[in-house]
Amino acid sequence: MMEDRAHEELVRVEHLAKRFPVQKGLLDLVFSGREQQWVHAVDDVSFTIRRGEVLGLAGESGSGKSTTGRLLVRLLDPSSGRILFDGEEIARKGQEELRRLRVRMQVVFQDPDSSLSPRMRVGEAVAHPLKIHGMATDRGVREAALSLMERVGLTPAEFLYRKYPHQLSGGRTQRVVLARALITNPEFLVADEPIAMADVSVRAMILELLRKLKDELNLTYLFITHDLATAKYLCDRVAIMYLGRIVEIGARDQLFRSPHHPYTKALLQAVPVPDPTKRRTDPVTKGEIPSAITPPPGCHFHPRCPFAIAQCRQARPPLKEIEAGHLSACILD
Amino acid sequence: MAEAILEVKDLSIDYPIAIGTVRAVRGVSFSLYEGEVLGLVGESGCGKSTLGLSILRLQRPPGRVVQGKLLFHGRDILQMNNGELRRLRGADIAMVFQNPLTSLDPLERIRDHFLEALAVHEPSFSRQQGLRRAGDILERLGIERQRLGEYPHQLSGGMRQRIMIGLGLIHEPEILIADEPTTSLDVIVEAGFIDLLKSLKEQYNISLILISHNLAMVAEIADRIAVMYRGMIVEIGSAVQIFAEPLHPYTQRLIDCVPNIDVDSEHLATLPGSPPDLVSPPPGCPFSPRCSRVMEICGREPPALTERGIGRAVACWLYDGKSSGGNSP
Repeated sequence: MMEDRAHEELVRVEHLAKRFPVQKGLLDLVFSGREQQWVHAVDDVSFTIRRGEVLGLAGESGSGKSTTGRLLVRLLDPSSGRILFDGEEIARKGQEELRRLRVRMQVVFQDPDSSLSPRMRVGEAVAHPLKIHGMATDRGVREAALSLMERVGLTPAEFLYRKYPHQLSGGRTQRVVLARALITNPEFLVADEPIAMADVSVRAMILELLRKLKDELNLTYLFITHDLATAKYLCDRVAIMYLGRIVEIGARDQLFRSPHHPYTKALLQAVPVPDPTKRRTDPVTKGEIPSAITPPPGCHFHPRCPFAIAQCRQARPPLKEIEAGHLSACILD
Repeated sequence: MAEAILEVKDLSIDYPIAIGTVRAVRGVSFSLYEGEVLGLVGESGCGKSTLGLSILRLQRPPGRVVQGKLLFHGRDILQMNNGELRRLRGADIAMVFQNPLTSLDPLERIRDHFLEALAVHEPSFSRQQGLRRAGDILERLGIERQRLGEYPHQLSGGMRQRIMIGLGLIHEPEILIADEPTTSLDVIVEAGFIDLLKSLKEQYNISLILISHNLAMVAEIADRIAVMYRGMIVEIGSAVQIFAEPLHPYTQRLIDCVPNIDVDSEHLATLPGSPPDLVSPPPGCPFSPRCSRVMEICGREPPALTERGIGRAVACWLYDGKSSGGNSP
């Protein structure tokens, strides 16, 4: 059964968009004629994730990668577009139906300490989703939590079950958050920068654990990160976002060995390499990611792009297939 | 080799707290040479930030130096009076912190930050002279002179970080200490910032102490690297030596924990065990409880940082290290 479903699509996102109104200030109240401004956080984004796959969503801050992740698990409501989870359209589902779906899709955030209640014991936190969803008896809940704690390396589980989050190290609290996300036996996990705040050795441990759990529990991930070295390590496919749009998407080797979009190239070139004999010598791309309220027209990247031509300012370049499964949104492709 | 402008000798810093004493820095020694970039790397709690702050005697209370010397051109910073210390801070040794938003005053224009910093050490400067100096620095950092009239919130994160560096450079100090200067920056901005530090090093012949947990970033710029664990330097050497041929088992593990975009690696190393106990460390080598090559002596006696070739030293019994003589106070 599992074999048959291995390559089927689990998540499909079509023309997804999310815009936020820009908060009005005092001046806008006085001059009420001023037009409402919008931040286009996610701007017509489409992709699919196959069952058992890890799709990386990479980009700088303000690229819309986290908003995309939140839309997928419906922590935010999309402005337009479709989200299909296992064939079912979920973009406009109500809260009751979403509750049922959340058993199957979970999310893990960057900061484990602010994701855990300081007053709830670790074991209870891990077991909590089972109670919310009424999935097990009291004893069953405890046993399920203990067994999952063992699996994520929270050992001795019996001992740690009664601890409070502040009594654990940062690496362990991130394991608690992972265990809590996995207790309902979900198929899909959105991991939003789960290692960004951790120490080097803790990062490595969490990455190894994510990889192991994926294989053992047949999970599918959307892995959101600003660190391309990490994306390369964990992901099967990677999408690069810039100002709300996907500018390039492809299999890991396609994207890292033959990047096409000038922005992807700029990002890759800027990644520091832990090897002093291979220091970057070329200067990096100038400038910083512009405001999402008034993004540059046409291709958003053109003001910073070394290859920009007049046409780049005129129209948004569509994502075009360069090779099977590898798409790039650049007029020069 | 160039002259050592800063020598840290057997420095220890304690934080007395309710449940005991946190021995944040324990018997650390190193030298900083003219025009070099020294990377100080390690994980949270290793003492790298405390060490950086203590060079300007800015470690947070109740932390205090319990032993050692901090020699700046042979003069002990720990013996300086308030006047000498004021002269040292900013004019001779400047410091740049990790978060520019909390270090810049939101109600002051950029130019006022510069004028205020100038007034501390150069009261004779006229406003015109001061603005000229500030404008020159800004241009060297790749920011237009006109932005002096703006407020911090009008600048991007990368610009604010460059302003912080500019404020540090206004008195043309000999040493710049930068504590995690790129943590809040995106990757392209971070790379641009590293380029800026490299060019400043050339232009001003400044010596830089770069404190960071980001080994890949440090590898891009450091001439030498000191690796800290649990308040001690466990290894020091040239950047190439440290990455190509790490000697200490901790350094080896730490480097193998970092994903390298240039390498198609299948697995990252992990560090077994828990982070070290800061209050009651093991009697021997601080890394011994987590070390895969631990020997009987490691748990008993702490190894001393012992020279292994020119400019290279490691504190590990695997290399016939000498004992550092226990944790004597």
